[in-house]
Amino acid sequence: FRRSKIDEDLYEELEEILIAADVGVNATMEIVERLRTEVKERKVKEPEALKPLLSEILLEILKGEEEEDIGMNTVDDDLSIILFVGVNGVGKTTTIGKLAHYYKEQGKKVVLAAGDTFRAGAIEQLEVWGDRVGVDVIRHQAGSDPAAVIFDGIQAARARGADILICDTAGRLQNKVNLMEELKKVHRVIGREVPGAPHETLLVLDATTGQNAMKQAQIFNEATRVTGIVLTKMDGTAKGGIALAIRRELGVPVKWVGLGEKMDDLQPFDSEQFIHALFVEEVEKEA
Amino acid sequence: MAFEGLSERLQSALAKLKGKGKVGEGDVKVAMREVRLALLEADVNYKVVKDFVSKVRERAVGQEVLKSLTPGQQVIKVVNEELTQLMGGSQSKLELSSRPSVIMMVGLQGAGKTTTSGKLGRYLKKQNRKPLLVAGDVYRPAAIRQLEVLGEQVDLPVYSLGDKENPVRIAEQGVAQAKTDGLDTVLIDTAGRLHIDETMMEELKAIKETVRPDEILLVVDAMTGQDAVNVAESFNRELGLTGVVLTKLDGDTRGGAALSVKSVTDCPVKFVGMGEKVDALEPFHPERMASRILGM
Ligand SMILES: Nc1nc2c(ncn2[C@@H]2O[C@H](COP(=O)(O)OP(=O)(O)OP(=O)(O)O)[C@@H](O)[C@H]2O)c(=O)[nH]1
Ligand SMILES: Nc1nc2c(ncn2[C@@H]2O[C@H](COP(=O)(O)OP(=O)(O)OP(=O)(O)O)[C@@H](O)[C@H]2O)c(=O)[nH]1
Ligand SMILES: [K+]
Ligand SMILES: [Mg+2]
Ligand SMILES: [Mg+2]
Repeated sequence: FRRSKIDEDLYEELEEILIAADVGVNATMEIVERLRTEVKERKVKEPEALKPLLSEILLEILKGEEEEDIGMNTVDDDLSIILFVGVNGVGKTTTIGKLAHYYKEQGKKVVLAAGDTFRAGAIEQLEVWGDRVGVDVIRHQAGSDPAAVIFDGIQAARARGADILICDTAGRLQNKVNLMEELKKVHRVIGREVPGAPHETLLVLDATTGQNAMKQAQIFNEATRVTGIVLTKMDGTAKGGIALAIRRELGVPVKWVGLGEKMDDLQPFDSEQFIHALFVEEVEKEA
Repeated sequence: MAFEGLSERLQSALAKLKGKGKVGEGDVKVAMREVRLALLEADVNYKVVKDFVSKVRERAVGQEVLKSLTPGQQVIKVVNEELTQLMGGSQSKLELSSRPSVIMMVGLQGAGKTTTSGKLGRYLKKQNRKPLLVAGDVYRPAAIRQLEVLGEQVDLPVYSLGDKENPVRIAEQGVAQAKTDGLDTVLIDTAGRLHIDETMMEELKAIKETVRPDEILLVVDAMTGQDAVNVAESFNRELGLTGVVLTKLDGDTRGGAALSVKSVTDCPVKFVGMGEKVDALEPFHPERMASRILGM
C-alpha cells in the first residue's frame, strides 16, 4: 500500500484482495463498508493504517461473538465419537488418518469406522491409514449400509475400550437429497447409541472451493448440526476465504487446517495466521 | 443444477434491458455492474470478470447495437456471444491420432482424475476403441485399488506395477503393454498434486517426455474458486494442456471456474463430469451452455 492518501483505489484494492481470497461478494462489500465507517469514526488518515484495521475487523469476525473454545468437544471418561462429513474429494478420509494419529500420540485408543461403502477403494484407503497410524478399522463390504457399519463401529469401540471413534462417510454433494437423508440416518444412529454423540461433527471444506462452500456449510449444518470445520489443502495457493463468510453467516468455527497429505500435516486453526496469509502474495508464500 | 444461480442472476441483470425501446450508455453501465456481481458471485476470477465486462461494454455501446431496433436484445446477444467465446466457442473433441493414443489425466488432489479415467475409458470403449487404464498414482493410499475397481465396473483392463515403482516407468511400460495387447488407447491416471509442488510437477513433465501423450487433460473441480486460474495457468505452463474436464457439475455450483480456466489457458473444456457413477460423463458444448445460462 504505497500510497499518499486513502482513496477509492485503495478501497478497491482491498476489495480485490478479499474477492481473490474467496471471501465472496456480499461479505467483502460489508467488510469494506465497515472499514470505511471505522476509518471515519477513528479519523484515520494514513493509508498504512488501513490494513491493520481491516485485519482487526476480520479477526473479530473469525473469533465470533464470544470467545468460545474452538477446541474439540471430546469427553474424558467415556467413548467420544467424531463424525466426518463433506462433499466429494475434499479430504475427509485423509484428515481422519491425521486426526487418528494426533489422538494416538496423546495416548488415546482410537478406532475408525469405514462408513464410505460407496466410492471405489474407499474402505481400502481408510485401512491403509489405519495401518499407518496403528489403529483398528471397522469395516463391512463395499456397497453395504453405512449406518450399519457405524453401528458396528460403536459396538466394537465400546468392546475394545476405545476413547475415540472416528467415522468416515462417503463424499456427497449437498444437493443430493437421498444422500443427505442417508447421512441424517447415520447421525441419528450415533445419537441413539451414545447419548450426546456425535461429540463433534466436522465438515471438511477444501480451501480451493469458492462460493459453493457456503451452501455446503448451510445444508450439511441443517442435516447434521456441524460443530466445526476442517479447512484442507491450505498448503496450496488458495486462501480459503469462504471460511470467513461461513463464520460470519453461520457461526461455525474452523477447528483444524490441513497442510498436506502426510500424517502430521494437520494443525489447529490459528485465526491470526489465517488472516495474515490472506494478505500474503503467492510469491512470498512459496519462498 | 450447476450454473442455475448464475443463470438467474444474469437474466435478472439483463431483464431490464430486454423490453426497452431506447437504451442509453447509462442503462448499459447499470446492467454491466449487475453482470459483474453475478459473475463474481459465481466464482469467475475477478481479472477475467474485469476483461469480460469491459469487452461487453465496449461492444454494447457501439453504434450498431444501441441504434438498432431492439437495443436490449442486442446487448443480450453480445453477452451471449462473449460468454460462448469465454467457454471456448464451439465443441472441442479429443484428438487421438497416434497408435496407441495416450491420454494423461492431471490435476489437483481430489479433483476427480481417477474417476474420470474410468468414465472416459468407458466412453471411448463405446466408440469402439480399446482402452487400457494405467495406474500411475503410487502415492495416495489405495489409489491403485480404486482404479482397479473402476476398471472392473467398466470392464476394462488396468495396468499396474504396484506402488513401489516410479510413475514414469509405469507410464512407459503401460504404453508398451497396450502395444503388445493390441490396445489402441492408453489412459494414464496420475496422482493429485499442487501446482506449486516442483518435484511433483517435474514428474509429470518426465511422463510427458517419455510417453508423448496425444492429450493432457486437466481435471478441474467445478466448485473451485478464485484459485482456478493459478492452478490452470501453472499446469498449462509446465505441461502444455490440450483440454480440461470439469467435474462435479451435478452439484449446485455456479461454476465460474469453467469460465476462468478457458480464458487463462485457452484450453477448451472437452468433457464434464455429472456424477459419481461411471456413465456420468458428457462432452461439453459451449454454445448450449451459454444459452442455457442466459435462458435463451
Ligand atoms: N495438498 C493437500 N492434499 C490433501 C490434503 N488433505 C487431503 N488431501 C488430498 O486430497 C485427496 C482427497 O482426499 P480424501 O481424503 O480421499 O478426500 P475425501 O473427502 O475422503 O474424498 P471422498 O471420500 O472421495 O469424498 C487425496 O489425494 C489427499 O491426499 C491437504 O491438506 N493438502
Ligand atoms: N458428484 C460427483 N462426484 C465426482 C465426480 N467426479 C468425481 N467425483 C468424486 O470426487 C471424489 C474424488 O474423485 P477421485 O477420482 O478420487 O479424484 P482424484 O483427482 O483422482 O483424487 P486424487 O487421486 O486423490 O488426487 C470421489 O468421491 C469421486 O466419486 C462428478 O462428476 N460428480
Ligand atoms: K476439490
Ligand atoms: Mg473419503
Ligand atoms: Mg486419483
